[in-house]
This record gives sequence, structure tokens and C-alpha cells, in this order.
Amino acid sequence: MTFSDMMNIGLMQGFAGLSLFSVLLLMGLGLAIIFGQMGVINMAHGEFMTIGAYTIFAISHLTESFAPNLMGAYFPFAIAVAFVVAFVVGWGVEWAFIRHLYKRPLDTLLATWGLSLGMQQIFRSTFGPKEVSPTLPDWLMGSWAPAEGLDIPLNGLFVMALSVFVTCGVLIALYKSRWGLRVRATVANRTMANATGINTKRTDRLTFAIGCGIAGVAGAAFTTIGSTGPTSGSLYIVDAFLVVTFGGAASLLGTVVSAFGIAQTQSVTEFFMSGSNAKVLTLSAIVVILMLRPQGLFASKVRR
Amino acid sequence: MTAFKHWLDRTGMGSVLLLALLLIVVFPLCLDLFRLNLVGKYLCYAFVALGLVMLWGYGGVLSLGQGVFFGLGGYGMAMFLKLEASDPVTTKIQSTPGIPDFMDWNQLTALPIWWEPFRSFPLTLLLVLTVPTLIAFIIGYAMFKRRVGGVYFAIITQAIALILTVLIIGQQGYTGGVNGMTDLKTLLGWDTRTNSAKYILYFVSVGLLLGSIVLCTWIQKSKLGTLLLAMRDKEDRVRFSGYDVSMFRVFAFCLAALLSAVGGAMFTLQVGFMSPSLVGIVPSIEMVIFAAVGGRMSLVGAVYGALLVNFGKTYFSESFPDLWLFLMAAMFIGVVLGFPEGLAGLYTNKVKPWWQARMAARRAAPATPPITPAAKRTEAPDTEPGALPPGISSQQT
Repeated sequence: MTFSDMMNIGLMQGFAGLSLFSVLLLMGLGLAIIFGQMGVINMAHGEFMTIGAYTIFAISHLTESFAPNLMGAYFPFAIAVAFVVAFVVGWGVEWAFIRHLYKRPLDTLLATWGLSLGMQQIFRSTFGPKEVSPTLPDWLMGSWAPAEGLDIPLNGLFVMALSVFVTCGVLIALYKSRWGLRVRATVANRTMANATGINTKRTDRLTFAIGCGIAGVAGAAFTTIGSTGPTSGSLYIVDAFLVVTFGGAASLLGTVVSAFGIAQTQSVTEFFMSGSNAKVLTLSAIVVILMLRPQGLFASKVRR
Repeated sequence: MTAFKHWLDRTGMGSVLLLALLLIVVFPLCLDLFRLNLVGKYLCYAFVALGLVMLWGYGGVLSLGQGVFFGLGGYGMAMFLKLEASDPVTTKIQSTPGIPDFMDWNQLTALPIWWEPFRSFPLTLLLVLTVPTLIAFIIGYAMFKRRVGGVYFAIITQAIALILTVLIIGQQGYTGGVNGMTDLKTLLGWDTRTNSAKYILYFVSVGLLLGSIVLCTWIQKSKLGTLLLAMRDKEDRVRFSGYDVSMFRVFAFCLAALLSAVGGAMFTLQVGFMSPSLVGIVPSIEMVIFAAVGGRMSLVGAVYGALLVNFGKTYFSESFPDLWLFLMAAMFIGVVLGFPEGLAGLYTNKVKPWWQARMAARRAAPATPPITPAAKRTEAPDTEPGALPPGISSQQT
């Protein structure tokens, strides 16, 4: 094995870690808003991602049958639609029952778990029990080979770019916009926020819907990596919660750092042992660290 | 008779007796063996639900990892049965006779050392009871001492459930992998698949379950139960009164783990297999649902919850496979929104006051109508319907 081979393996391994990082980050972002900022344990988060994935599938299907010459261009548009669909569903869900449960966080867990069961059945009835994948535009297929023996898959690059884009978007929205100001005020002190004239009910609904919309975008991004089935959502949910909790619930920076740490640990250990052992090791490390540092890496300075 | 009635009301045993009647007399008489076996299987989940009533309803901390303890108990029992099923004679076609078949398939040539204790039945029983409790103690001590509670505890226990599932599936040679441990036939030479064995195992489960209910009721009525409730409602006041809050929580967590392990072991005995699909996140959350539907404050309610949800699951998934998930979804959301204290709460807060008001109205009328047996049971002699705090009244389902 020459030096350049080792370099290539190192680079590709590093890239695998980076794409896992962007996947985890995308999964965690929506939840960081819903769980981290609002304290709602949304067990249906995975299903909101699945909504996004199925939206992409449906749009790709429609484009294929009605406007085949647009196949190259539909994807960005479909991601926007995925956001809107998940946003609208999230809005409805918040109105239907989440708003009654803000004082009982553990009950939001049960209710949203029920919701996730119902949504899974809706997916199954609408799209069938089999896993589906959309037809991807050509520019997402294949890989980029900057050097001999080095292959970087394009879909990984795309997910990475998307997660950077969404993270920056969320950060700017949360720290530079009116909405973000209202959200942070509501999180910090709901009564006081109410007293200063912030409509906390509307803020809550918008926040929940935006979190769901971001989950939809995440799901949409995942269609470039794997197929989607009715129960795909439940595969993501624990990872997403761990990313958010590990980072420190109310800290977006923490979510980014913890996604990075978890992804790198996972991909480095995967290099030395089997995938399931690597997963066990990574998860155990997280659990132990969480036991030692219950508030996560970046503890919020919020009075609760 | 009145003394007996007073005793029932004071100890909250009336509903337990009714449950005992249902499980010991009504079900064995009315159901065929297949259905009875199903009830026995559901009762194993009821053990977990009991533990959750103590931990969640009374202790105020929700564990989403009870499947872990259910699984540890179940796997412990399964390991013993599996070793018994793979004696050198029946496994002589394997390349290494005398070890479980899945080890042979995975090119293991000797029994792993940590399987050795499971050759002895007393040791197995001991391990089935102590290992989950010990693990619960370690987890609970580490977390409650640092005042981790509520949501964080739930998420960490959920992660532990995931770890255990991944571990079991990954270590195929030691655990049987995805398929789990199957073909468990005999317990100490006694065939557990015969009809009489099924009856006996059913009654053993019922006996253990009723015993656990009595034990938990006793704990609830003791000072410990009062403290658990007080901690749940005003943790700081209990702490400032000089009590070590964390150790009470650790105790509740250990108790819940122990009960779950017993349920798991009985499950393995009755159903004849153990697999990772009974251990992970989804079954763990379902166990919480049993307690929630039945009533998180009521021990007896939790048993009814486990029976009802599982019956519903079996019935609807047989009859309307497309609808049952919707029905489950509607039930979860409805219970959480409509009656957070579950069926037991519905009974104590709605049905019982209504019935008492009705009976009071009848008594006030000049002609005394005959008192039905149901009236005797539900009538509380001298308490105002709404006077009791819900936490205390709802135990008496």
C-alpha cells in the first residue's frame, strides 16, 4: 500500500464521516427547534422526514410522466414543496393537539407516538408497503474523482451542501429575524414574553411548523441516499434525539458539534470493527457522557 | 360484611379481588386454551405496566427502556431453556454437539463462559432477578444522583434500549441475532407446550401478577409511597425536608426493572421464544402505552390497560389490518388529550361520582330499591366524590 492509497482511504473515510455528520445534522435540526426550543418531545419527527421523502417521490413521479424534459430541474423545486407540505402538516398537528400539551412534555411523547403510528399507516395506504425511491436527476448520480483512486459520491456532496445551507438558514432565522427573537423570548420566559406583547401561541405554532418543515427537507435530502418506506421514520428518531440531547437541548451550536462528534466517532470506530459494534460503542459513549453531563455538551443558561 | 367492605375500601383491595376473579375464574372458563395463552402473554406485559405505574405514575419519571429489563429477564430464562434443549443427544448432528444451534451456525466451538451459570436453574432464577435490578440500580444511581429526570431520562433509557437491540442483533453467535432464541421446549424436563403446562404457567403468571399488585399496593400505602408521591409533586420540598430524593427514585426504578424481568421470564416460558423485537424501542413505548391507557396511577388499571390494548391489537390486526394502526393512533391521542389518568381515572373521576350521586338520590327517595352487587362494590361509605385528590382515589379502581 503506497502513501497515496493511504491518503485516499483516509480522505474517503473522512468524507464518509462528513456525510454521516450532515445526515445527523439534518435529522437533528428540526428536532433542535421543536424539542430544544419548545420542549415538545416529537416522536413523529421521523414521520415528518418521511413526508418530505414521499413528496420528492411523488413529484419525481409526476414530472416523469407529465414533463420528462424537466427531470433535470425538478429537484430543488421538490425540496421546497417538501418543506411546505411538512410545514402545513406540522401547523395542523400543532393546532389539533400539541398546543394542549405544552405543560405536559411527557404526554406530548405519547400523543406524537400515536400520531407517528397513524402517519405510518397513511403512508402505507397511499404509497404501498414497499420501499420506494424517486428518479434522481442526472447531476446527482455518479461520483466526483478529483484524483486517481479517490471517489467522492455526488449525492453525499449534495446532502452536505444542503445541510450547510439549512443550518445557516436556521441560525440566521433564529438569531437575526423577528421570529427568532420571539422564539427565544418565549423559550426564555413565556409569561414575560406574553406580557411584552408577543403572541406566544402563534409563535409556538409557527415554530413547530418550521421544525416540521425542516424535517421534511431532511427527509427530502435522504432520498438521494436511500429508499423510503412507511416505517423509515422510526429508524431516525433515536439518533435525532441523541444528537439534540447530546449537544445540549437549547443550543443549536451544540447540535452541530454533537452531530459532528457522533458522526466522526461512528465512522472512525467503524473502520476498526463491525458496523453494529461501532454503533453500540458510539451510543454507549453518548449515554455515559450524558450521565456525567446531563445537560449535554452546551448547557443552556435558560431558567426553566 | 360491613367490616369487610370497610377493609376493602381502606386497603383498595376490592378492585384487586375483582381482577383476581376475572383472571382466575372467568377467563379460564370462558376462553379456549389458545386465547387463554394469549391472555397469559398479555399479563407478562402487565408486569411491566405495573412497574411503570410505580415509576412513572408514582415516581414521576418515565422510562422508555423497560423493554431492556423485560428482555434481560426473558433472555436469561431463554438461555437456560435453550441450554436444556440443546443436550448432546439432540444436537449430535452439529459440528460441536451440546451447544445451542445458533452458536454452531456461527462457528462457535465452545459455550461462552458467561453462558455457564445458566446451566443451573436456581442460578438462572437468581440472575434473572438480580441482573436487571442491578443494571437498573447502576443506571438509576448514575442519573438520579445527578438529578437527571423527566425528558432526559426518557431519552437516555430509550438510547439504552436501542443499544441492547443493536448488541443482540450484532452478536449473533452469542445471542441468536435477529431470530432470537427459539425452540424452547422443556423446563427441567417438564414439557411446557402441553395443555396442562399452559394452564399451569397461566396460573403461575396470574399468581405472580396478583402478588406483585399486592406488594405494590403495600408500598403505595406505606410511608415510602407517600414520599414517592410527594417527590413527584414537590420534589424540592421533600429534598429540603432531609430526604435523599434520588435513592427513592433509584428504588422505584429497580422495582420497575425487577417486575419487568419477572414479566420477561414468564413471557419466555409461556410463548417459547425470545427475540430482539420484544426488547427495543417500539415495544418499550408500547409498554408505556399500556400503563397510560389503563391509568398511570392505578395498578389494577395498568393490568386492564395491558389486556385491553393487546386484545385490541390482536383483534383489529386480525380483522381490519389496515385500520388498526389508525385506531391505535386515535386511542393514544384520545387518552392523552381526553383522560390523562387513563381508564382508571375515567372511572374514578367520572363513572364513580355519577354512580354515587345516583345511588344517593335513590337512597333519599322513600322506597329503597334493591342494591345491585355493582353498587355494593363502588359505593364509598362516607367520602364526598370529589373530595379526594385524584392521586389517592384513583388506586381504587
